[in-house]
Amino acid sequence: MIQGIGVTDFFIISTLMFFIGVYGFITRKNLITILIAIELILNAVAINFVIINKYLYPEGLHGQIFSIFIIAVAAAEVAIAIAIVIDFYRTNKSVNVDESEMMKY
Amino acid sequence: MDLSNFFSIMRGEIVLAAIILILLLAEIATKDKKKIVDLAIGLFLIHTIFGFFGVGEGVLFGGMFKASPIVNLFKNILNVGVLIILFQSASWVKGKLEEHNRVSEFYILLFASLLGMYYMISAGDFLMFYIGIEMASLPVAGLAAFDIYQKRSAEAALKYIFLAAITSGISLLGISFLYSASGTIFFDELKPFMTNDSLITLGFLFFLVGLLFKISIVPFHLWTADVYEGAPIGVTSYLSVISKGAAAFILIIILFTMAKPIMELWREVIYMLSILTMFIGNIFALRQKNMKRFLAFSSIAQAGFIILGMLSGTQLGMSAVVFFIATYIFSNLGAFGVVYAIANQSGKENMDDYNGFYRTNPLLSVLMMLALFSLAGIPPVAGFFGKFFLFMSAASAGYYWLILFAVINVTISLYYYLLVVRAMFVRQNDNPIPAFKSDVYMKIGLILPAIGIFVLGLYSPIYEHINELVGMFLK
Repeated sequence: MIQGIGVTDFFIISTLMFFIGVYGFITRKNLITILIAIELILNAVAINFVIINKYLYPEGLHGQIFSIFIIAVAAAEVAIAIAIVIDFYRTNKSVNVDESEMMKY
Repeated sequence: MDLSNFFSIMRGEIVLAAIILILLLAEIATKDKKKIVDLAIGLFLIHTIFGFFGVGEGVLFGGMFKASPIVNLFKNILNVGVLIILFQSASWVKGKLEEHNRVSEFYILLFASLLGMYYMISAGDFLMFYIGIEMASLPVAGLAAFDIYQKRSAEAALKYIFLAAITSGISLLGISFLYSASGTIFFDELKPFMTNDSLITLGFLFFLVGLLFKISIVPFHLWTADVYEGAPIGVTSYLSVISKGAAAFILIIILFTMAKPIMELWREVIYMLSILTMFIGNIFALRQKNMKRFLAFSSIAQAGFIILGMLSGTQLGMSAVVFFIATYIFSNLGAFGVVYAIANQSGKENMDDYNGFYRTNPLLSVLMMLALFSLAGIPPVAGFFGKFFLFMSAASAGYYWLILFAVINVTISLYYYLLVVRAMFVRQNDNPIPAFKSDVYMKIGLILPAIGIFVLGLYSPIYEHINELVGMFLK
Protein backbone atom coordinates (compact mmCIF):
# COMPACT_ATOMS: atom_id res chain seq x y z
CA MET A 1 0.00 0.00 0.00
CA ILE A 2 1.19 3.48 -0.81
CA GLN A 3 0.77 6.25 1.75
CA GLY A 4 -1.57 9.02 0.65
CA ILE A 5 -3.01 7.24 -2.39
CA GLY A 6 -6.38 5.61 -1.77
CA VAL A 7 -8.08 2.74 -3.53
CA THR A 8 -10.43 5.11 -5.39
CA ASP A 9 -7.52 6.88 -7.08
CA PHE A 10 -6.37 3.60 -8.55
CA PHE A 11 -9.89 2.73 -9.63
CA ILE A 12 -10.17 6.10 -11.42
CA ILE A 13 -6.94 5.34 -13.30
CA SER A 14 -7.97 1.81 -14.26
CA THR A 15 -11.47 2.88 -15.32
CA LEU A 16 -10.02 5.67 -17.46
CA MET A 17 -7.61 3.23 -19.06
CA PHE A 18 -10.37 0.74 -19.72
CA PHE A 19 -12.63 3.23 -21.45
CA ILE A 20 -9.82 4.84 -23.41
CA GLY A 21 -9.17 1.32 -24.66
CA VAL A 22 -12.82 0.80 -25.61
CA TYR A 23 -12.88 4.20 -27.35
CA GLY A 24 -9.71 3.37 -29.26
CA PHE A 25 -11.05 -0.03 -30.25
CA ILE A 26 -14.16 1.54 -31.74
CA THR A 27 -12.70 4.60 -33.47
CA ARG A 28 -9.26 3.59 -34.73
CA LYS A 29 -8.80 2.34 -38.28
CA ASN A 30 -5.30 0.87 -38.07
CA LEU A 31 -5.27 -2.74 -36.92
CA ILE A 32 -2.08 -2.33 -34.89
CA THR A 33 -3.59 0.63 -33.01
CA ILE A 34 -6.65 -1.48 -32.26
CA LEU A 35 -4.32 -4.10 -30.78
CA ILE A 36 -2.80 -1.41 -28.56
CA ALA A 37 -6.33 -0.48 -27.44
CA ILE A 38 -6.97 -4.12 -26.50
CA GLU A 39 -3.73 -4.12 -24.49
CA LEU A 40 -4.98 -1.04 -22.62
CA ILE A 41 -8.22 -2.81 -21.74
CA LEU A 42 -6.47 -5.93 -20.47
CA ASN A 43 -3.89 -3.97 -18.48
CA ALA A 44 -6.62 -1.85 -16.88
CA VAL A 45 -8.23 -5.05 -15.65
CA ALA A 46 -4.87 -6.34 -14.40
CA ILE A 47 -4.41 -3.12 -12.37
CA ASN A 48 -7.91 -3.61 -10.99
CA PHE A 49 -7.07 -7.10 -9.77
CA VAL A 50 -3.81 -6.09 -8.10
CA ILE A 51 -5.37 -3.09 -6.36
CA ILE A 52 -8.39 -4.98 -5.10
CA ASN A 53 -6.08 -7.65 -3.75
CA LYS A 54 -3.69 -5.20 -2.09
CA TYR A 55 -6.18 -2.78 -0.58
CA LEU A 56 -9.37 -4.72 0.06
CA TYR A 57 -8.37 -8.35 0.58
CA PRO A 58 -4.69 -8.39 1.56
CA GLU A 59 -4.94 -11.84 3.20
CA GLY A 60 -5.02 -13.81 -0.09
CA LEU A 61 -3.11 -13.71 -3.36
CA HIS A 62 -5.90 -14.51 -5.84
CA GLY A 63 -5.90 -11.11 -7.49
CA GLN A 64 -2.16 -10.91 -8.05
CA ILE A 65 -1.97 -14.43 -9.47
CA PHE A 66 -4.89 -13.60 -11.71
CA SER A 67 -3.15 -10.48 -13.04
CA ILE A 68 -0.03 -12.50 -13.89
CA PHE A 69 -2.17 -14.89 -15.91
CA ILE A 70 -3.89 -11.96 -17.64
CA ILE A 71 -0.49 -10.63 -18.72
CA ALA A 72 0.61 -14.05 -19.98
CA VAL A 73 -2.59 -14.70 -21.91
CA ALA A 74 -2.54 -11.16 -23.34
CA ALA A 75 0.93 -11.82 -24.70
CA ALA A 76 -0.25 -15.00 -26.39
CA GLU A 77 -3.28 -13.20 -27.75
CA VAL A 78 -1.20 -10.39 -29.25
CA ALA A 79 1.24 -12.86 -30.79
CA ILE A 80 -1.56 -14.64 -32.63
CA ALA A 81 -3.31 -11.38 -33.54
CA ILE A 82 -0.10 -9.96 -35.02
CA ALA A 83 0.38 -13.14 -37.06
CA ILE A 84 -3.15 -12.81 -38.40
CA VAL A 85 -2.63 -9.11 -39.16
CA ILE A 86 0.49 -10.02 -41.16
CA ASP A 87 -1.49 -12.67 -43.03
CA PHE A 88 -4.16 -10.05 -43.70
CA TYR A 89 -1.52 -7.63 -44.93
CA ARG A 90 -0.16 -10.22 -47.38
CA THR A 91 -3.54 -10.72 -49.01
CA ASN A 92 -4.79 -7.11 -48.85
CA LYS A 93 -1.61 -5.00 -48.91
CA SER A 94 -3.03 -2.87 -46.11
CA VAL A 95 -3.60 -2.94 -42.36
CA ASN A 96 -6.61 -0.67 -42.50
CA VAL A 97 -9.70 -2.14 -40.87
CA ASP A 98 -11.92 -0.66 -43.60
CA GLU A 99 -10.36 -3.12 -46.04
CA SER A 100 -11.92 -6.08 -44.22
CA GLU A 101 -15.28 -5.71 -45.91
CA MET A 102 -15.46 -8.65 -48.28
CA MET A 103 -18.17 -10.26 -46.20
CA LYS A 104 -21.00 -8.28 -44.75
CA TYR A 105 -24.76 -8.27 -44.11
CA MET B 1 -2.31 -35.72 -3.40
CA ASP B 2 -3.11 -39.24 -4.37
CA LEU B 3 -1.55 -39.82 -7.76
CA SER B 4 -3.91 -42.52 -9.05
CA ASN B 5 -6.84 -40.33 -8.02
CA PHE B 6 -5.28 -37.47 -9.95
CA PHE B 7 -4.96 -39.57 -13.10
CA SER B 8 -8.50 -40.85 -12.88
CA ILE B 9 -10.01 -37.37 -12.46
CA MET B 10 -7.95 -35.61 -15.12
CA ARG B 11 -7.63 -38.52 -17.53
CA GLY B 12 -9.34 -36.83 -20.46
CA GLU B 13 -7.08 -33.77 -20.27
CA ILE B 14 -3.89 -35.79 -19.82
CA VAL B 15 -4.68 -38.10 -22.73
CA LEU B 16 -5.56 -35.19 -25.02
CA ALA B 17 -2.35 -33.34 -24.11
CA ALA B 18 -0.43 -36.57 -24.81
CA ILE B 19 -2.09 -36.85 -28.22
CA ILE B 20 -0.98 -33.28 -29.02
CA LEU B 21 2.61 -34.13 -28.04
CA ILE B 22 2.56 -37.35 -30.09
CA LEU B 23 1.39 -35.40 -33.14
CA LEU B 24 4.18 -32.85 -32.63
CA LEU B 25 6.74 -35.66 -32.53
CA ALA B 26 5.16 -37.40 -35.52
CA GLU B 27 5.45 -34.17 -37.50
CA ILE B 28 9.19 -34.17 -36.86
CA ALA B 29 9.73 -37.89 -37.38
CA THR B 30 7.68 -38.83 -40.46
CA LYS B 31 8.36 -38.00 -44.07
CA ASP B 32 4.95 -39.11 -45.30
CA LYS B 33 2.69 -36.40 -43.91
CA LYS B 34 -0.49 -38.13 -45.09
CA LYS B 35 -0.03 -40.69 -42.34
CA ILE B 36 -0.50 -37.95 -39.74
CA VAL B 37 -4.14 -37.63 -40.77
CA ASP B 38 -4.75 -41.31 -40.06
CA LEU B 39 -2.72 -41.13 -36.85
CA ALA B 40 -4.66 -38.13 -35.52
CA ILE B 41 -8.04 -39.66 -36.34
CA GLY B 42 -7.05 -43.04 -34.88
CA LEU B 43 -5.72 -41.58 -31.64
CA PHE B 44 -8.76 -39.38 -31.18
CA LEU B 45 -11.11 -42.28 -31.90
CA ILE B 46 -9.45 -44.27 -29.09
CA HIS B 47 -9.66 -41.24 -26.79
CA THR B 48 -13.36 -40.80 -27.57
CA ILE B 49 -14.21 -44.44 -26.91
CA PHE B 50 -12.30 -44.59 -23.63
CA GLY B 51 -13.88 -41.32 -22.51
CA PHE B 52 -17.13 -43.20 -21.93
CA PHE B 53 -15.61 -45.56 -19.36
CA GLY B 54 -14.77 -44.93 -15.76
CA VAL B 55 -13.59 -41.36 -15.42
CA GLY B 56 -13.34 -40.42 -11.77
CA GLU B 57 -15.17 -37.82 -9.79
CA GLY B 58 -13.66 -35.24 -7.48
CA VAL B 59 -11.88 -31.94 -7.01
CA LEU B 60 -8.27 -31.03 -7.78
CA PHE B 61 -5.93 -28.10 -7.19
CA GLY B 62 -7.81 -26.86 -4.14
CA GLY B 63 -11.13 -26.55 -5.94
CA MET B 64 -9.94 -25.08 -9.24
CA PHE B 65 -10.68 -28.22 -11.23
CA LYS B 66 -13.84 -30.23 -10.74
CA ALA B 67 -14.95 -33.46 -12.35
CA SER B 68 -18.39 -34.97 -12.01
CA PRO B 69 -20.40 -37.45 -14.12
CA ILE B 70 -22.34 -34.68 -15.88
CA VAL B 71 -19.13 -32.83 -16.77
CA ASN B 72 -17.72 -36.06 -18.19
CA LEU B 73 -20.89 -36.46 -20.22
CA PHE B 74 -20.38 -32.93 -21.60
CA LYS B 75 -16.84 -33.83 -22.59
CA ASN B 76 -18.04 -37.02 -24.28
CA ILE B 77 -20.64 -35.11 -26.28
CA LEU B 78 -17.94 -32.66 -27.43
CA ASN B 79 -15.60 -35.59 -28.24
CA VAL B 80 -18.16 -37.22 -30.52
CA GLY B 81 -18.73 -33.90 -32.29
CA VAL B 82 -15.01 -33.36 -32.83
CA LEU B 83 -14.62 -36.93 -34.07
CA ILE B 84 -17.29 -36.34 -36.73
CA ILE B 85 -15.54 -33.11 -37.77
CA LEU B 86 -12.22 -34.98 -38.05
CA PHE B 87 -13.79 -37.57 -40.35
CA GLN B 88 -15.45 -34.91 -42.49
CA SER B 89 -12.34 -32.75 -42.81
CA ALA B 90 -9.81 -35.55 -43.58
CA SER B 91 -9.87 -35.23 -47.35
CA TRP B 92 -9.74 -31.42 -47.20
CA VAL B 93 -6.70 -31.56 -44.93
CA LYS B 94 -4.97 -33.97 -47.32
CA GLY B 95 -5.64 -31.46 -50.08
CA LYS B 96 -3.98 -28.72 -48.03
CA LEU B 97 -0.88 -30.90 -47.91
CA GLU B 98 -0.46 -30.49 -51.65
CA GLU B 99 -1.18 -26.77 -51.44
CA HIS B 100 1.12 -25.62 -48.67
CA ASN B 101 2.56 -28.67 -46.92
CA ARG B 102 0.61 -28.30 -43.72
CA VAL B 103 -1.22 -31.10 -41.94
CA SER B 104 -0.35 -31.53 -38.30
CA GLU B 105 -0.98 -27.86 -37.42
CA PHE B 106 -4.67 -28.36 -38.10
CA TYR B 107 -4.93 -31.24 -35.63
CA ILE B 108 -2.68 -29.69 -33.00
CA LEU B 109 -4.64 -26.44 -32.97
CA LEU B 110 -7.98 -28.25 -33.00
CA PHE B 111 -7.02 -30.50 -30.07
CA ALA B 112 -5.48 -27.58 -28.14
CA SER B 113 -8.75 -25.71 -28.47
CA LEU B 114 -10.70 -28.78 -27.32
CA LEU B 115 -8.35 -29.10 -24.35
CA GLY B 116 -9.16 -25.49 -23.44
CA MET B 117 -12.84 -26.35 -23.56
CA TYR B 118 -12.28 -29.28 -21.19
CA TYR B 119 -10.66 -26.93 -18.69
CA MET B 120 -13.40 -24.37 -19.19
CA ILE B 121 -16.18 -26.87 -18.52
CA SER B 122 -14.57 -28.36 -15.42
CA ALA B 123 -13.49 -25.00 -13.98
CA GLY B 124 -14.16 -24.43 -10.30
CA ASP B 125 -12.97 -20.84 -10.21
CA PHE B 126 -12.66 -17.86 -12.50
CA LEU B 127 -8.93 -18.27 -13.10
CA MET B 128 -9.31 -21.75 -14.55
CA PHE B 129 -12.37 -20.57 -16.45
CA TYR B 130 -10.48 -17.64 -17.98
CA ILE B 131 -7.49 -19.74 -19.01
CA GLY B 132 -9.84 -22.32 -20.48
CA ILE B 133 -11.91 -19.87 -22.50
CA GLU B 134 -8.80 -18.18 -23.92
CA MET B 135 -7.16 -21.51 -24.67
CA ALA B 136 -10.35 -22.51 -26.48
CA SER B 137 -10.63 -19.37 -28.59
CA LEU B 138 -7.04 -18.48 -29.57
CA PRO B 139 -6.26 -21.68 -31.57
CA VAL B 140 -9.57 -21.33 -33.39
CA ALA B 141 -8.49 -17.91 -34.66
CA GLY B 142 -5.40 -19.60 -36.09
CA LEU B 143 -7.57 -22.30 -37.62
CA ALA B 144 -9.89 -19.76 -39.22
CA ALA B 145 -6.87 -18.34 -41.07
CA PHE B 146 -5.79 -21.82 -42.23
CA ASP B 147 -6.51 -21.04 -45.89
CA ILE B 148 -3.60 -18.64 -45.99
CA TYR B 149 -3.93 -17.78 -49.68
CA GLN B 150 -7.55 -16.71 -49.35
CA LYS B 151 -8.60 -13.18 -48.51
CA ARG B 152 -11.80 -14.31 -46.84
CA SER B 153 -9.99 -16.63 -44.46
CA ALA B 154 -7.66 -13.91 -43.13
CA GLU B 155 -10.57 -11.54 -42.75
CA ALA B 156 -12.58 -14.10 -40.79
CA ALA B 157 -9.68 -14.78 -38.42
CA LEU B 158 -9.16 -11.05 -37.97
CA LYS B 159 -12.77 -10.43 -37.01
CA TYR B 160 -12.82 -13.40 -34.68
CA ILE B 161 -9.67 -12.66 -32.71
CA PHE B 162 -10.28 -8.92 -32.26
CA LEU B 163 -13.84 -9.34 -31.09
CA ALA B 164 -12.93 -12.31 -28.89
CA ALA B 165 -10.19 -10.20 -27.29
CA ILE B 166 -12.42 -7.26 -26.45
CA THR B 167 -15.24 -9.44 -25.10
CA SER B 168 -12.80 -11.32 -22.92
CA GLY B 169 -11.57 -7.93 -21.66
CA ILE B 170 -15.13 -6.90 -20.73
CA SER B 171 -15.72 -10.29 -19.16
CA LEU B 172 -12.54 -9.88 -17.09
CA LEU B 173 -13.69 -6.48 -15.87
CA GLY B 174 -16.86 -8.16 -14.66
CA ILE B 175 -14.81 -10.82 -12.86
CA SER B 176 -12.76 -8.09 -11.17
CA PHE B 177 -16.00 -6.46 -9.94
CA LEU B 178 -17.19 -9.78 -8.54
CA TYR B 179 -13.80 -10.21 -6.87
CA SER B 180 -13.92 -6.73 -5.36
CA ALA B 181 -17.37 -7.38 -3.92
CA SER B 182 -16.60 -10.78 -2.44
CA GLY B 183 -12.85 -11.28 -2.12
CA THR B 184 -12.90 -14.69 -3.76
CA ILE B 185 -12.79 -16.11 -7.26
CA PHE B 186 -14.09 -19.59 -6.44
CA PHE B 187 -17.59 -20.35 -7.67
CA ASP B 188 -18.61 -22.12 -4.47
CA GLU B 189 -17.33 -19.41 -2.13
CA LEU B 190 -18.91 -16.73 -4.30
CA LYS B 191 -22.40 -18.19 -4.03
CA PRO B 192 -23.34 -16.63 -0.64
CA PHE B 193 -22.28 -13.21 -1.95
CA MET B 194 -24.62 -13.32 -4.96
CA THR B 195 -27.30 -10.81 -3.98
CA ASN B 196 -28.97 -7.88 -5.69
CA ASP B 197 -26.06 -5.68 -4.70
CA SER B 198 -25.35 -3.30 -7.59
CA LEU B 199 -21.64 -4.16 -7.88
CA ILE B 200 -22.43 -7.87 -8.05
CA THR B 201 -25.15 -7.24 -10.63
CA LEU B 202 -22.87 -5.15 -12.84
CA GLY B 203 -20.00 -7.58 -12.49
CA PHE B 204 -22.14 -10.59 -13.28
CA LEU B 205 -23.66 -8.97 -16.37
CA PHE B 206 -20.23 -7.96 -17.67
CA PHE B 207 -18.99 -11.47 -16.99
CA LEU B 208 -21.85 -12.96 -19.01
CA VAL B 209 -20.75 -10.99 -22.12
CA GLY B 210 -17.78 -13.29 -22.69
CA LEU B 211 -19.93 -16.41 -22.70
CA LEU B 212 -22.83 -14.93 -24.65
CA PHE B 213 -20.32 -13.90 -27.33
CA LYS B 214 -19.19 -17.50 -27.69
CA ILE B 215 -22.79 -18.77 -27.97
CA SER B 216 -23.50 -15.84 -30.39
CA ILE B 217 -26.52 -14.43 -28.58
CA VAL B 218 -27.89 -11.37 -30.33
CA PRO B 219 -26.16 -8.19 -29.24
CA PHE B 220 -22.88 -10.11 -29.61
CA HIS B 221 -23.69 -12.04 -32.78
CA LEU B 222 -22.28 -9.80 -35.50
CA TRP B 223 -19.05 -11.78 -35.91
CA THR B 224 -20.88 -15.07 -36.47
CA ALA B 225 -21.93 -14.82 -40.09
CA ASP B 226 -18.67 -13.29 -41.33
CA VAL B 227 -16.41 -15.72 -39.51
CA TYR B 228 -18.52 -18.73 -40.50
CA GLU B 229 -18.46 -17.69 -44.14
CA GLY B 230 -14.75 -16.93 -44.33
CA ALA B 231 -13.31 -19.81 -42.32
CA PRO B 232 -12.71 -23.25 -43.87
CA ILE B 233 -15.85 -25.40 -43.52
CA GLY B 234 -14.37 -27.79 -40.96
CA VAL B 235 -13.50 -24.86 -38.72
CA THR B 236 -16.95 -23.37 -39.30
CA SER B 237 -18.65 -26.52 -38.13
CA TYR B 238 -16.27 -26.66 -35.15
CA LEU B 239 -17.20 -23.08 -34.21
CA SER B 240 -20.91 -23.62 -34.69
CA VAL B 241 -21.29 -26.83 -32.71
CA ILE B 242 -18.34 -27.51 -30.42
CA SER B 243 -17.42 -23.96 -29.41
CA LYS B 244 -21.05 -23.00 -28.98
CA GLY B 245 -21.91 -26.21 -27.15
CA ALA B 246 -19.02 -25.92 -24.68
CA ALA B 247 -19.87 -22.30 -23.88
CA ALA B 248 -23.52 -23.24 -23.37
CA PHE B 249 -22.48 -26.07 -21.02
CA ILE B 250 -20.39 -23.84 -18.76
CA LEU B 251 -23.03 -21.09 -18.91
CA ILE B 252 -25.67 -23.48 -17.65
CA ILE B 253 -23.36 -24.80 -14.92
CA ILE B 254 -22.66 -21.25 -13.71
CA LEU B 255 -26.28 -20.11 -13.91
CA PHE B 256 -27.60 -23.19 -12.11
CA THR B 257 -25.05 -23.34 -9.31
CA MET B 258 -23.16 -20.11 -8.60
CA ALA B 259 -25.77 -17.62 -9.84
CA LYS B 260 -28.78 -19.49 -8.47
CA PRO B 261 -29.42 -16.84 -5.74
CA ILE B 262 -29.82 -14.06 -8.33
CA MET B 263 -32.07 -16.06 -10.59
CA GLU B 264 -34.65 -13.25 -10.88
CA LEU B 265 -31.93 -11.02 -12.37
CA TRP B 266 -30.56 -13.33 -15.05
CA ARG B 267 -33.99 -14.65 -15.91
CA GLU B 268 -35.03 -11.22 -17.19
CA VAL B 269 -31.82 -10.85 -19.20
CA ILE B 270 -32.02 -14.32 -20.73
CA TYR B 271 -35.72 -13.87 -21.47
CA MET B 272 -35.18 -10.71 -23.53
CA LEU B 273 -32.05 -12.00 -25.25
CA SER B 274 -33.74 -15.28 -26.15
CA ILE B 275 -36.61 -13.53 -27.97
CA LEU B 276 -34.23 -11.12 -29.73
CA THR B 277 -31.85 -13.90 -30.77
CA MET B 278 -34.55 -16.12 -32.22
CA PHE B 279 -36.16 -13.33 -34.23
CA ILE B 280 -32.99 -11.71 -35.56
CA GLY B 281 -31.32 -15.02 -36.41
CA ASN B 282 -34.38 -16.24 -38.29
CA ILE B 283 -35.16 -13.02 -40.13
CA PHE B 284 -31.60 -12.63 -41.37
CA ALA B 285 -31.44 -16.31 -42.37
CA LEU B 286 -34.35 -15.74 -44.76
CA ARG B 287 -32.31 -13.61 -47.17
CA GLN B 288 -29.06 -15.59 -47.29
CA LYS B 289 -27.83 -17.22 -50.50
CA ASN B 290 -24.50 -18.65 -49.32
CA MET B 291 -25.02 -21.96 -47.50
CA LYS B 292 -22.39 -21.29 -44.82
CA ARG B 293 -23.88 -17.90 -44.07
CA PHE B 294 -27.34 -19.41 -44.07
CA LEU B 295 -26.31 -22.06 -41.55
CA ALA B 296 -24.60 -19.34 -39.49
CA PHE B 297 -27.83 -17.40 -39.04
CA SER B 298 -29.77 -20.59 -38.44
CA SER B 299 -27.25 -21.42 -35.70
CA ILE B 300 -27.84 -17.98 -34.13
CA ALA B 301 -31.55 -18.77 -34.04
CA GLN B 302 -30.81 -22.18 -32.49
CA ALA B 303 -28.74 -20.41 -29.81
CA GLY B 304 -31.89 -18.52 -28.88
CA PHE B 305 -33.61 -21.86 -28.30
CA ILE B 306 -30.67 -23.11 -26.24
CA ILE B 307 -30.87 -20.24 -23.74
CA LEU B 308 -34.67 -20.47 -23.69
CA GLY B 309 -34.35 -23.77 -21.86
CA MET B 310 -32.18 -22.24 -19.14
CA LEU B 311 -35.00 -19.98 -17.96
CA SER B 312 -36.79 -22.52 -15.82
CA GLY B 313 -33.80 -23.05 -13.51
CA THR B 314 -34.91 -26.60 -12.71
CA GLN B 315 -33.59 -30.09 -13.35
CA LEU B 316 -36.02 -30.43 -16.25
CA GLY B 317 -34.60 -27.29 -17.85
CA MET B 318 -31.00 -28.37 -17.56
CA SER B 319 -31.57 -31.86 -18.97
CA ALA B 320 -33.62 -30.32 -21.79
CA VAL B 321 -30.76 -27.98 -22.70
CA VAL B 322 -28.14 -30.75 -22.59
CA PHE B 323 -30.30 -33.03 -24.71
CA PHE B 324 -31.05 -30.22 -27.16
CA ILE B 325 -27.34 -29.44 -27.57
CA ALA B 326 -26.64 -33.11 -28.27
CA THR B 327 -29.34 -33.20 -30.97
CA TYR B 328 -28.14 -29.86 -32.32
CA ILE B 329 -24.57 -31.13 -32.66
CA PHE B 330 -25.67 -34.12 -34.72
CA SER B 331 -28.15 -32.23 -36.90
CA ASN B 332 -25.86 -29.31 -37.63
CA LEU B 333 -22.91 -31.57 -38.35
CA GLY B 334 -25.09 -33.54 -40.77
CA ALA B 335 -25.98 -30.35 -42.64
CA PHE B 336 -22.39 -29.06 -42.59
CA GLY B 337 -21.13 -32.47 -43.71
CA VAL B 338 -23.18 -32.34 -46.88
CA VAL B 339 -22.11 -28.75 -47.56
CA TYR B 340 -18.52 -29.88 -46.95
CA ALA B 341 -18.75 -32.85 -49.32
CA ILE B 342 -20.21 -30.66 -52.07
CA ALA B 343 -17.65 -27.87 -51.57
CA ASN B 344 -14.81 -30.41 -51.62
CA GLN B 345 -15.91 -31.84 -54.95
CA SER B 346 -17.14 -28.80 -56.81
CA GLY B 347 -16.26 -25.73 -54.73
CA LYS B 348 -19.89 -24.60 -54.83
CA GLU B 349 -21.45 -23.06 -51.73
CA ASN B 350 -24.49 -21.18 -52.98
CA MET B 351 -28.06 -22.32 -52.50
CA ASP B 352 -28.83 -21.94 -56.23
CA ASP B 353 -26.11 -24.45 -57.06
CA TYR B 354 -28.08 -27.06 -55.12
CA ASN B 355 -30.95 -27.00 -57.62
CA GLY B 356 -31.63 -30.47 -58.93
CA PHE B 357 -29.17 -32.04 -56.51
CA TYR B 358 -31.52 -34.96 -55.78
CA ARG B 359 -31.32 -36.20 -59.37
CA THR B 360 -27.55 -36.62 -59.22
CA ASN B 361 -26.82 -37.41 -55.55
CA PRO B 362 -29.95 -38.84 -53.89
CA LEU B 363 -28.29 -40.15 -50.71
CA LEU B 364 -26.63 -36.85 -49.83
CA SER B 365 -29.87 -34.97 -50.48
CA VAL B 366 -31.77 -37.29 -48.17
CA LEU B 367 -29.18 -36.80 -45.41
CA MET B 368 -29.34 -33.01 -45.87
CA MET B 369 -33.12 -33.17 -45.66
CA LEU B 370 -32.96 -35.24 -42.47
CA ALA B 371 -30.53 -32.81 -40.87
CA LEU B 372 -32.60 -29.78 -41.82
CA PHE B 373 -35.82 -31.43 -40.60
CA SER B 374 -34.06 -32.19 -37.34
CA LEU B 375 -32.92 -28.55 -37.04
CA ALA B 376 -36.47 -27.39 -37.76
CA GLY B 377 -37.96 -29.90 -35.32
CA ILE B 378 -40.14 -32.21 -37.40
CA PRO B 379 -41.37 -35.24 -35.39
CA PRO B 380 -39.63 -38.51 -36.24
CA VAL B 381 -36.09 -37.13 -35.86
CA ALA B 382 -34.11 -35.97 -32.84
CA GLY B 383 -34.63 -32.22 -33.15
CA PHE B 384 -38.34 -32.54 -32.43
CA PHE B 385 -37.75 -34.07 -29.00
CA GLY B 386 -35.02 -31.53 -28.25
CA LYS B 387 -37.39 -28.65 -28.90
CA PHE B 388 -40.28 -30.44 -27.20
CA PHE B 389 -38.36 -30.81 -23.90
CA LEU B 390 -37.17 -27.19 -24.12
CA PHE B 391 -40.70 -25.86 -24.51
CA MET B 392 -41.94 -28.18 -21.78
CA SER B 393 -39.36 -26.83 -19.33
CA ALA B 394 -40.25 -23.23 -20.23
CA ALA B 395 -43.94 -24.02 -19.83
CA SER B 396 -43.35 -25.56 -16.41
CA ALA B 397 -41.93 -22.21 -15.29
CA GLY B 398 -44.94 -20.35 -16.75
CA TYR B 399 -43.35 -18.62 -19.75
CA TYR B 400 -46.32 -18.99 -22.10
CA TRP B 401 -45.66 -15.83 -24.11
CA LEU B 402 -42.10 -16.88 -24.73
CA ILE B 403 -43.29 -20.25 -26.01
CA LEU B 404 -45.65 -18.47 -28.38
CA PHE B 405 -42.73 -16.44 -29.78
CA ALA B 406 -40.63 -19.58 -30.01
CA VAL B 407 -43.33 -21.42 -31.94
CA ILE B 408 -43.63 -18.48 -34.36
CA ASN B 409 -39.88 -18.75 -34.85
CA VAL B 410 -40.02 -22.49 -35.45
CA THR B 411 -42.50 -21.77 -38.22
CA ILE B 412 -40.26 -19.12 -39.82
CA SER B 413 -37.28 -21.47 -39.60
CA LEU B 414 -39.29 -24.28 -41.19
CA TYR B 415 -39.86 -21.99 -44.18
CA TYR B 416 -36.22 -21.33 -44.88
CA TYR B 417 -35.05 -24.87 -44.15
CA LEU B 418 -37.61 -26.04 -46.67
CA LEU B 419 -36.20 -23.57 -49.22
CA VAL B 420 -33.05 -25.68 -49.32
CA VAL B 421 -35.04 -28.91 -49.53
CA ARG B 422 -37.10 -27.44 -52.37
CA ALA B 423 -33.93 -26.40 -54.21
CA MET B 424 -32.58 -29.95 -53.97
CA PHE B 425 -35.75 -31.94 -54.69
CA VAL B 426 -38.16 -29.77 -56.72
CA ARG B 427 -36.21 -27.17 -58.68
CA GLN B 428 -34.94 -28.01 -62.16
CA ASN B 429 -31.41 -27.28 -63.24
CA ASP B 430 -29.77 -27.71 -66.62
CA ASN B 431 -26.34 -27.93 -65.08
CA PRO B 432 -26.62 -29.68 -61.69
CA ILE B 433 -23.69 -30.72 -59.52
CA PRO B 434 -22.54 -34.00 -61.09
CA ALA B 435 -22.75 -37.29 -59.19
CA PHE B 436 -19.66 -37.94 -57.08
CA LYS B 437 -18.26 -40.43 -54.61
CA SER B 438 -16.68 -39.31 -51.35
CA ASP B 439 -13.79 -41.10 -49.69
CA VAL B 440 -14.19 -43.49 -46.74
CA TYR B 441 -13.58 -40.91 -44.02
CA MET B 442 -16.18 -38.56 -45.43
CA LYS B 443 -18.68 -41.42 -45.65
CA ILE B 444 -18.15 -42.28 -41.97
CA GLY B 445 -18.41 -38.59 -41.12
CA LEU B 446 -21.78 -38.43 -42.87
CA ILE B 447 -23.16 -41.70 -41.52
CA LEU B 448 -22.38 -40.91 -37.86
CA PRO B 449 -24.61 -37.78 -37.67
CA ALA B 450 -27.40 -39.64 -39.46
CA ILE B 451 -27.21 -42.42 -36.86
CA GLY B 452 -27.11 -39.81 -34.10
CA ILE B 453 -30.19 -38.02 -35.42
CA PHE B 454 -32.20 -41.25 -35.43
CA VAL B 455 -30.88 -42.73 -32.20
CA LEU B 456 -31.43 -39.59 -30.14
CA GLY B 457 -34.93 -39.27 -31.56
CA LEU B 458 -36.06 -42.85 -31.12
CA TYR B 459 -34.10 -44.27 -28.17
CA SER B 460 -35.42 -42.62 -25.01
CA PRO B 461 -33.00 -44.09 -22.38
CA ILE B 462 -30.42 -41.48 -23.49
CA TYR B 463 -32.64 -38.69 -22.20
CA GLU B 464 -33.31 -40.65 -19.01
CA HIS B 465 -29.56 -41.06 -18.50
CA ILE B 466 -28.93 -37.32 -18.97
CA ASN B 467 -31.79 -36.53 -16.60
CA GLU B 468 -30.36 -38.85 -13.94
CA LEU B 469 -26.85 -37.32 -14.17
CA VAL B 470 -28.30 -33.79 -14.02
CA GLY B 471 -30.30 -34.76 -10.95
CA MET B 472 -27.11 -36.00 -9.26
CA PHE B 473 -25.33 -32.77 -10.19
CA LEU B 474 -27.99 -30.36 -8.95
CA LYS B 475 -28.60 -32.20 -5.66
